[in-house]
This record gives sequence, structure tokens and C-alpha cells, in this order.
Amino acid sequence: MEGFLFQKMIKYFKIKNISIYLLIFLWLTLASFPFMWTFWGSFKVELDFFSISNWYNAVVGKNTFETYETNFTGAGYIGAWVQEEFWRSVLNSAIVCFFVVTTSLTIGTLGAYALSRSNYKYTFWLLIVALIFRAMPPITLVAGYLPAFFEWNIWGILPTTIIVLVAINQPFTLWMLYSFFLKIPKELDESAKIDGCTQFQAFRYVIIPVMWPGVITAGLFSFLLAYNDFAVTSLLLSDENRTMIPKIAAFLGTTYTEGNIMFAVAAVISATVPLFFLVMFFQKKIVSGLVQGAVKG
Amino acid sequence: MKHKTFFWFILPTFLAMFVFIFLPIISTVLQSIHTPHDKILITTENCDPFGCKKVTTLDHDAINKLKRNEPLGKFVGLEIYFDRGHLAIKNVNKLWQNNDSISQFLTSLYDLPFYKALFFTLTFTFTVTPIMLILGFLIALAVNNINQKLRGMVIFFSLLPMIVTPLIGSIILFWMIDSRGIIGTLIQWMFNDPFLSLKASTLLTWIMLIVYGVWHAIPFSFIVFYAGLQTVPKDQIESARIDGASKFQEIIYITLPHLIPLITFVTLIQLMDNFRVFEPIVGFNAEAHATSLSWIIFNDLGGETRQLSSAASSSILTILGISILLLPILIRTWKDFYFKK
Repeated sequence: MEGFLFQKMIKYFKIKNISIYLLIFLWLTLASFPFMWTFWGSFKVELDFFSISNWYNAVVGKNTFETYETNFTGAGYIGAWVQEEFWRSVLNSAIVCFFVVTTSLTIGTLGAYALSRSNYKYTFWLLIVALIFRAMPPITLVAGYLPAFFEWNIWGILPTTIIVLVAINQPFTLWMLYSFFLKIPKELDESAKIDGCTQFQAFRYVIIPVMWPGVITAGLFSFLLAYNDFAVTSLLLSDENRTMIPKIAAFLGTTYTEGNIMFAVAAVISATVPLFFLVMFFQKKIVSGLVQGAVKG
Repeated sequence: MKHKTFFWFILPTFLAMFVFIFLPIISTVLQSIHTPHDKILITTENCDPFGCKKVTTLDHDAINKLKRNEPLGKFVGLEIYFDRGHLAIKNVNKLWQNNDSISQFLTSLYDLPFYKALFFTLTFTFTVTPIMLILGFLIALAVNNINQKLRGMVIFFSLLPMIVTPLIGSIILFWMIDSRGIIGTLIQWMFNDPFLSLKASTLLTWIMLIVYGVWHAIPFSFIVFYAGLQTVPKDQIESARIDGASKFQEIIYITLPHLIPLITFVTLIQLMDNFRVFEPIVGFNAEAHATSLSWIIFNDLGGETRQLSSAASSSILTILGISILLLPILIRTWKDFYFKK
């Protein structure tokens, strides 16, 4: 029986080339079609994007042509960026991402370097605690933040959110940089120390020049965390300080009623485009980052 | 590294985690066993030329005094954990006595908000994780067998569902499965039912969320397994081939055992990430049919009335949940570490 099944499988693999390419084609369609479709649709009017009469309208833009005498319109983008002031959220997102990435890399690099160069037992326990923190959903911490933030009157502003995101990000950053520093031979900084450097000087002059590949990878993942966060930012930021993702969520509530759904579509595409370029330029880094944890863990 | 040097290097990151992760956990625990003080009312008689009126107002002095003395609120012990919004001990007890069969009991249990969220969270976690592991592995095998030049492009497009913001990814799919969207129209056409809507039924909503979860997670397992496939020892495969092993046997007896550490790793990360499922429920506007543990916390914290005590209890229960879920894996990792030494 088993043998029969194997034989069938072998026969299957004989025609592997066609089926393999079919599988990959199917997956690529699933992975990328939603983005292309929504991108294309974002330049149409709502009656085309949500086409009741004929789905083909979404491709050619029949109603768009009737309204604007052209098949493509930037009306959604103008509505979102100018009328709904989406640019404010973009600016807020940029500020949050920049400071989260720089801060978490600075303190994460120092911490991870120390962890990788120390052999005491507490190193192991610190890493385990970091792993436990990584396992906890960030939203479970928010109830702990709110009373204190209200009390000290620091709720709703960007710096508070930045620090919170940095802290939430630390366990992951630490692990990633820790496994990266392990790969840098200890002899490098040991020899610098023999030559009379302090530990910090060894770090400064020997390790910093060679650590950038790992740091950039960790930075990418910090960036993604800050950029993509919805749960924490939407609970910790006031309405006027919203970053992009909470703003889009707020859009949905209002636009469904006002019939301005194309604003939301345009905002969604605007927030996705930077990620698209990020993947394009840093594909290798992202892949190596994903794999790094796996090889170590 | 000396203790003192180590201390200074680790201090900033340690402080950040201590103040913004550890202390909030303590604060959450404390909040979950306290409720806000009851309002103290005071009745005074206001007399004016037209007669006297009794007015009931808040006694601010008394409230402030109480707040100063017990800043955390009124101590209630585990009461919030056991109330109807959480573990609902009384209701569960009643249901257990009133229902004859287990399935009946579970169905009525589903009406309680916490159990409803728990059911969905567990279902999501335990369907998405295995499916993404299998599909990711298949895609990794397939990509490993295609032309080298195509692989970069395949990886580029494969990364998109994972990199995209979860909320945005689910909104994009939600628009497409709308009854006026392209997938919605396609499904109506396939089942020849112009009124079919994925949003109207609980089962279809769950399937939709799980499909989204798999779509979002596949790239992760695919990338990790693909990288793992590059390190499968070539000589083992060659000798297996010489011995007449089929491609299938090769995968079962050589590739898979080689990938076991990676499978454990992906499973661990996925259990963590799927257990916190939240954004798709908002993106798919699916609250009516599916809620998750993270969602009920968010729901308590958002809006006009911030129910901190309730959210705190849900948070602690969620943390307990993820601990139970990961305990077996953590113990195994610890044992491995211990015995290796």
C-alpha cells in the first residue's frame, strides 16, 4: 500500500516541471495580484472600484471616464492627502519610525554586544526573559501604560509612543543583534583589549566598523514594527498625532458613511508604496534577517 | 567581559524593558484586582425664596480623600476575572448543569464574550500555523527546483504579503471580497448566487480570516525553509539517489529531518504571532462574527469609556494563555540546552 502511494508520488514528480511552475505561478498571483488590483483601482471612481454592474469596469474605468473624461483620476489621492490631511499622518509616521529605529538600534547594539561577549549565567537568563517578553502580545501592556500616562499627562504625544515602541521592539532587536555579534570573532576585540583598549574603545574602533550589515538588518525590522503597528499607536496617540495606520483605520469609519471610500483606497496605497520600495532595495537583508533567527534559535 | 562593563552596556536596553514592559505587567496585574471607587453622593438642601430643593451631587472631597488613601481603587480580588465578561464562572457552572451533551455545552459557552474570543483565537492559531508550515514548505521545494535567475523575482513578490501592514493587507483583501469587489463577484458567479456575501455568515468569516492569516504567514515559512534547503548536505542526497531513493523518500528521510530545527523555530514564532491575531478582525470588519483575545482588550481600552480593570484582566488571561501554549516548546528548548551542556 505504502509502496503504491510512493509510486504514485514518483509519477507525480516526473511531470514536476510543469506542476512546479504552475504552483509558483499560482502563489505569485495570490501574493501580488491584490496589490496590483488595488493600485490600479485607486485611480478610478468608487463606482468602478466597487463595480456592481460589471467587474470589467474596474479595469477600463468606464464610470471614471464618464465623470472625469479620462480613465485615470487622482481624485482619491487629492481627497486623502489634501482634504483629509493624510500628509500629517505621513509626517508623524516618518518621525516615529526615524526615532524608533535610531533609538532601538543604539541601545540594542550596546546591549546585544555585551550579551554576546559575556559568559556568565545571567546572560542566558536575560535572553530568556527577552524571549518571554517577545512572546507577549504588545496590546496586553497598554492597560498598564494608560493610568500612568494620563497621570503624568504624557498620553497622546509622539515621544511617549516612540519610547514605548522602542521598548516593545527591544527583545526582538536584542536577539537578532546578539546572534549577529556571535558571528563576529571574539579575537577581534580581545586583541584590541590586549593592545590597551578599554571594552568600550574596542567596541568603538573594532566592532562598530564591521557591524553595519547586521545593524541595517535589525534596523529594517525595527522600522517595520514601528511602521506597521496599529494596536499600540491607535491607543496611545491622540487624534491629531495619529500615524498612518491608525489614521487609515479612522478613515474607514468615516468614509463608509460619507461615500469617500476612494480616499481610503488612496491612503492605503500611499502607505503601501514605501514598503514596496523597501522590499525592492533590501530584499537580501530582509531574507537574511528572517533566516538569521532561525539558524541560531 | 567584567560585570561592571557589562552593566553599563546593558543598562539602557534593560531600563527600557524594565520600565516599559516589566512595570506595566505589574501595573496590569494590580489593575485587574481593583475597580474604580464607587461614586460617593451627597444630598444637600438648597433653599431659595421659592422653597427648598434636595440636590444630590458628587462628594468631591470624600472621593479625593478615598483616592489619596487607596490610589489603585477598590480592592476586589479575583472578582473581575470571574465576572460575565471574562471567565464567567457562575454562567459556566449553570451551563454545565443545564446542558446534557458536551457539544451543547460548548455551543452555549460560545455566547459568553471571553470564550467566544478564546475559541476563535485558538482555532485561528491551530489552523493557520500548520497550513502555513505545509504550504510554505511546498513553495520552498518548488522554488528550489526552478531556474536560478527566476528565484530573486519570486522571492521579491513572495515577501509582499508578509511585509505589508497587517491592517492594510486585510483591508485590501476585504475590498476584493466585498460583494461588489472582484473576488466577491467571482464567488457569486461560481456558486450562481447573486446574494452570496462572505461577510454575512460566521463560518465564511472565519474561513476568510484564516485564509488571510495563511496568506500573510506563508512568506515567512517559505523563506526560512528555502534557506534551510540550501544547507541540506549534498553528499547525503547523492548517496540516497545512488541507493535508489525516490524524490519523495529523499524529502521524507533526508530533507525534513534536516529542517526540524527550522520547523520548531517557525512554529514557535507563528504560535506567538497568531495568538495575538487582531488587525484582520478590524480590517475585515468582522467583530460581529469573530473576536479574539487581543480584540477584546482593544475594545475595552478604546472608545469613550476606557474600562481599564476589565482590559487588565483580559490582558493577564491572554498572557497566561500564551504561556500555556508555549510552555512545552520552552521546556524542550531548556532541556536541549541543559543536556547539551
